Amino acid sequence: MSALPMLDDEPPLLVVEGLTVAYGNRVGCRDVGFELWPGEVLGIVGESGSGKTSLLNALSAKIEPAAGTIHYRLRDGTMADLFGLSEAVRRQLLRTDWGVVHQNPRDGLRLTVSAGANVGERLMAVGARHYGEIRGSALDWLGKVEIDRDRIDDRPSSFSGGMQQRLQIARNLVTNPRLVFMDEPTGGLDVSVQARLLDLIRGLVADLGLSAIIVTHDLAVARLLAHRLMVMRGGEVVESGLTDQVLDDPQHPYTQLLVSSILQV
Amino acid sequence: MAPVLDIRGLAKSFTLHNQGGVTLPVLAAVDLAIQAGECVALHGRSGTGKSTLLRTLYGNYRVGSGEVWVRHGAVQIDLGRASPRQVIELRRSTIGYVSQFLHVIPRVAALDIVAEPMRARGLSVAAAHERAAALLSRLNVPERLWHLAPATFSGGEQQRINIARGFAVDYPILLLDEPTASLDGDNRASVIGLIDEVLARGTAIVGIFHDGEVRERVASRLYDMNEAKAAA
Amino acid sequence: MTQTLAGYNFAYLDEQTKRMIRRAILKAVAIPGYQVPFGSREMPLPYGWGTGGIQVTASIIGRADVLKVIDQGADDTTNAISIRRFFAKTAGVATTEHTADATIIQTRHRVPETPLRAGQIMVYQVPIPEPLRWLEPRETETRTMHALTEYGAMHVRFYEDIAHYGRIATTYDYPVIVNDRYLMRPSPIPKFDNPKLDMSPALQLFGAGREKRIYAVPPFTKVKSLDFQDHPFAIESWDEACHLCGSTTSFLDEVLTDDQGGRMFVCSDTDYCRTRTS
Repeated sequence: MSALPMLDDEPPLLVVEGLTVAYGNRVGCRDVGFELWPGEVLGIVGESGSGKTSLLNALSAKIEPAAGTIHYRLRDGTMADLFGLSEAVRRQLLRTDWGVVHQNPRDGLRLTVSAGANVGERLMAVGARHYGEIRGSALDWLGKVEIDRDRIDDRPSSFSGGMQQRLQIARNLVTNPRLVFMDEPTGGLDVSVQARLLDLIRGLVADLGLSAIIVTHDLAVARLLAHRLMVMRGGEVVESGLTDQVLDDPQHPYTQLLVSSILQV
Repeated sequence: MAPVLDIRGLAKSFTLHNQGGVTLPVLAAVDLAIQAGECVALHGRSGTGKSTLLRTLYGNYRVGSGEVWVRHGAVQIDLGRASPRQVIELRRSTIGYVSQFLHVIPRVAALDIVAEPMRARGLSVAAAHERAAALLSRLNVPERLWHLAPATFSGGEQQRINIARGFAVDYPILLLDEPTASLDGDNRASVIGLIDEVLARGTAIVGIFHDGEVRERVASRLYDMNEAKAAA
Repeated sequence: MTQTLAGYNFAYLDEQTKRMIRRAILKAVAIPGYQVPFGSREMPLPYGWGTGGIQVTASIIGRADVLKVIDQGADDTTNAISIRRFFAKTAGVATTEHTADATIIQTRHRVPETPLRAGQIMVYQVPIPEPLRWLEPRETETRTMHALTEYGAMHVRFYEDIAHYGRIATTYDYPVIVNDRYLMRPSPIPKFDNPKLDMSPALQLFGAGREKRIYAVPPFTKVKSLDFQDHPFAIESWDEACHLCGSTTSFLDEVLTDDQGGRMFVCSDTDYCRTRTS
């Protein structure tokens, strides 16, 4: 019998090693490492204070880590040290190759301009200069996230929470990013609205071959969306692996506690 | 001929840390080699670890100790040491699993649930839906249910959707957990028909069949779960 | 030379302040369109009345200069007269209403119709220098956007206009890209005047007193107004000609002549109009 072979040798999209985030003396997360491949969804679950948001903020280059490295594979194939890049290149990545879906859609939208402008902004930021085409793309994306196309000129402040969240997703996906970060994407939404949003995310990830890192405290969301799961507690990763394996055969005491605490409908 | 699935000394136990650290040994030492075209029926009373074994073979449960060699194309993979990515790849193309209960996703229609494994293999929406429709028809799921999400279906209807999904793609290894449990005579016959066809194509099946009649019809041999415990 | 006010330095500001402002101006000229912070002084008129323009003029004016001051194109409005008198009193320089005779032209909200020539300096009074302020209130963030040339959001504003009004609704203080690099506000001049900034033989200086910024467009610099490919930049036009001089190519003001809706259109640039009728 041959030794354990790689099933394919596609290189990973993101390689994280020894990542530590600290706020002065307070540690956000410590020594986190993982790899992420194209088309994969990684779920990060944990309760409040677990360090999952610190981790997400470091991964999305919002804050600089105290230790460790994040390497991202650029479109030309080279592996770049994220914090070795210039700020200009990092911001460019955030506008084109990456998406960030915030827990509160108000943090990820421009509330004072129309839905169409929100979706079109990233296109304009990378040089799109044809109004008709920009509007066409915006209409297209509103359709994909199931927002009534008539609302294209309405401001997001007039949208429901679920619509705002879907608009945020459209705004991020319009430049065909390869990696999307989501922070509690269904937080605060009604259950039926959550279902619709999850269905949308699931479909988009599959259709577009996106990689995604989704932070959530909701294990059901993790089960539905993530291929792999990392369980965090007190700033550390206590368990990680295949999503259904971690949830159905949890090894770590904390994971077992989490899983057994979910109320059944 | 090398086996398609070669289980050697597989042991598995569960440690419940939040209940005083009690350890439940479920599988002691499973040794089982399965060839293409074979159907092995796991035999034993409740609590002997039949479902646990199936789930372990799917990667849903972690291997405790021992080896589970899976033939994946031209190579052999030890499931216990496979990375999550490798397990996902195995599930996509080599190992299929029909669990006892359908995992219902809100808003996803029956037809799409059945189509999903085909879409994962690159089939077009149209082709996947066509084959899904054929399978559902064969299992007597009425067309009016195809575009509805199965959350409100009966147990038997849900099970038939689950089965259709399991048989949608040609897997070299198929794991079946009580495939006929909630089904009446006609539907049982349909499922037996499906099993016969895939066996003829060389699929290796590991299954749990409580129904004696079904077991008689499809199993080429039995594996007694008590053997696993006795060996410990 | 006329007698200047006793107790004040030439052109009101002390020499150190003028030096500081000149350094800012040099920097601004070296980086066309870039907003240079400067130590804006207390002036004998409130913010919002042209203190930035006055400080720029005060720093560059010399005894041999000839100063013209216009406000919305006219030499004879209250503000224009006040500022011209201010420099007459504090610097004793010659003043004029003829564009062609001036060496320095300080302006609020218009560029003269008479083409400028090399050697002339335009000084614009600027209320809000930052073109992205409507979009981003944080100064730290707008500075970063300028540094990284992140100007896509400016087009968002125009997109909104077209979506709501069918056309770009900005008609004054219309943003431009200077020297293919910096996004700049040309001060509240009508968009009609934007083309005059492009490749002008004159030096153009912009002063914002309240916001404490100076910027510049050196002579013969490219100044391009923002637009969309399918909604190109276009200037205003009138169906009428100037009632006084007959011009069909200058910027016209609408003047109401009675309470029955009677009106006439006259050149906003008083000197230009007068030159044509004399």
